[in-house]
Amino acid sequence: MSRIQSVFQSLQASGRRALIPFITAGDPAPELTVPLMHALVEGGADIIELGVPFSDPMADGPTIQRASERALINGMSLRKVLALVSEFRTTNASTPVVLMGYANPIEAMGVERFVAAAGAAGVDGALVVDYPPEECEAFARTLKAGGMDPIFLLAPTSTEQRIREVATIGSGYIYYVSLKGVTGSGALDFNDVAARMPQIRQGVGMPVGVGFGIRDAESARRIGEVADAVVIGSRIIEEIENSPRDQAVARVKNFVEGVRAALDQIQGAPR
Amino acid sequence: MQTADKPYRFPDSRGHFGPYGGVFVAETLIPALDELNAAYEACRNNPAFMAEFEYELKHYVGRPSPIYHAKRMSDSLGGAQIYLKREDLNHTGAHKVNNCIGQALVARYMGKPRVIAETGAGQHGVATATVAARYGMECVVYMGAEDVKRQAANVYRMKLLGAKVVPVESGSRTLKDALNEAMRDWVTNIHNTFYIIGTVAGPHPYPMMVRDFQAVIGAECLVQMPEMTGRQPDYVIACVGGGSNAMGIFYPYIDVPGVRLIGVEAYGEGLDSGRHSASLTGGTPGVLHGNRTYLLQSEDGQIIETHSISAGLDYPGVGPEHAWLKDSDRAEYVGVTDEEALAAFHNLCHLEGIIPALESSHAIAYAAKLAPTLPRDKILLVNLSGRGDKDMHTVAEKSGIQF
Ligand SMILES: Cc1ncc(COP(=O)(O)O)c(C=O)c1O
Repeated sequence: MSRIQSVFQSLQASGRRALIPFITAGDPAPELTVPLMHALVEGGADIIELGVPFSDPMADGPTIQRASERALINGMSLRKVLALVSEFRTTNASTPVVLMGYANPIEAMGVERFVAAAGAAGVDGALVVDYPPEECEAFARTLKAGGMDPIFLLAPTSTEQRIREVATIGSGYIYYVSLKGVTGSGALDFNDVAARMPQIRQGVGMPVGVGFGIRDAESARRIGEVADAVVIGSRIIEEIENSPRDQAVARVKNFVEGVRAALDQIQGAPR
Repeated sequence: MQTADKPYRFPDSRGHFGPYGGVFVAETLIPALDELNAAYEACRNNPAFMAEFEYELKHYVGRPSPIYHAKRMSDSLGGAQIYLKREDLNHTGAHKVNNCIGQALVARYMGKPRVIAETGAGQHGVATATVAARYGMECVVYMGAEDVKRQAANVYRMKLLGAKVVPVESGSRTLKDALNEAMRDWVTNIHNTFYIIGTVAGPHPYPMMVRDFQAVIGAECLVQMPEMTGRQPDYVIACVGGGSNAMGIFYPYIDVPGVRLIGVEAYGEGLDSGRHSASLTGGTPGVLHGNRTYLLQSEDGQIIETHSISAGLDYPGVGPEHAWLKDSDRAEYVGVTDEEALAAFHNLCHLEGIIPALESSHAIAYAAKLAPTLPRDKILLVNLSGRGDKDMHTVAEKSGIQF
């Protein structure tokens, strides 16, 4: 069983939701990434999504774009992200790390080399935003053979057939994008998510995380009522952006703790 | 325009040209692309749609564009004869408008009242703003903040035509970032918005659709060349930025034996200088803007900034069909420098009384290199993709003149 699967299994056994925060590796500085990852775990994160910066983050809103730009200015690269994961693993052997990014840095490294290096670094899964299922069968296969989970997105507009495709090729969990648009955009439609979730959870037969537009403890709790996991990205990047350097780690931990507490108020399985 | 019974049949149903092309986008865009794909299939198989497209090309754009024998230039070079396909005579001054009309008609068919576009130099933005005015659509054009500064006249032109121009401040603040931003707008406003991409790039069906709309260029040449010269040309030459004017003139010639297809990239300050836009001849395959193609990228797979004297060629990718034509050896790709393009620009002005776009000047520069190496009875057909009025500023500056 993969590290991701066992995390979900033990959470489900105790009726809890997974909290999956996102940060961009190398933002605000490469030396802060591993401390931030540990702070996320201390604050109550179950899985970490670690952004691999790309020069052209087409699916991201302004906040994650800025994080990506800062990280690239700081010299971040896919190779260096993997080195940071290795460093994190020296003191944390249990929290799954999912890389989230775009196809081109992976293709530049070569899929085989990437999978070998990511496996060795202790990566647990990869979500490649611009790899829809039909374009990445070989990648998903290689990743699985390397013991890692290919994570896929579903959207409010995804068809039944799409849900089935993603269920066949993906593993670990599914990331349901809760609104139209790019990361960090505005209003989240709780009713829409609640209405769609049962069909999607059943259709994919694996845990479903919901992200895009979750900004605080309250919205996290409301989403947690209906989903297996809650993903928070832009709001955490904002916390980092708005903190003096020496306080970023503490403030991120504090923010995550608030969300954790809200999620832990939820009783029972997702509706 | 349809070429369904030709042996060359690309892309496949999912937009692949061999290993290139495809649909590399986030899940949120998949339904929009499926919807577009279905709409485009319906349109291109609908005789009424095609008749309206042709009517618009004839009466609004002024097609067919003529072919002109550049005799004085040919004589001065002392070799092969150079013929120019005069896309510069189109309404709005370039080939871009052919595609914009096609896509605007698809947008209307789909009931989308709002169109968006990305633009570098502003030519595609102007063409999109033009057709949006023509069909009564709301129009928003994304343009890198750097380009907004460099291309003030075209920004004003778009505004005159009723478009809103949004400066893009992210990334390198140029064309590729404008494309990213347009994609973000599209994914957010899919319900009422049609994204008019300006070249044969982007996710399927764009590379195919834009090629099909631009293929009117080559289809006309197939008829005009025998009328003028008694036969088809030996070489067809076009500049390649994203590659739409080149695909437009190449595509109908792909299955014509004996015709060599030559795409000319921008070598900028030289291929070895690192300051160029030559994705095919100086890049490596990768994934950007929804398709797999040749890219200018760092070892780490980050897209790098490009350079060309002509803003329309200043793009780090290239349409995936060109990547395939290169790998399959059906087309050849070469490059010329800023300096060579500028020399060709001045030559065409002096020898033929035609002021070419700096983009098109790249194709002319290569033809001028090739012609003297060939006998006088060889024929070069060069796509003169646009006129140079928009480039007055750049050229004057190079000569130390300020307006
Ligand atoms: C006159 C002209 N030619 C060529 C190009 C390059 O585009 P493409 O390679 O898609 O034809 C442009 C782009 O702005 C242009 O304005």
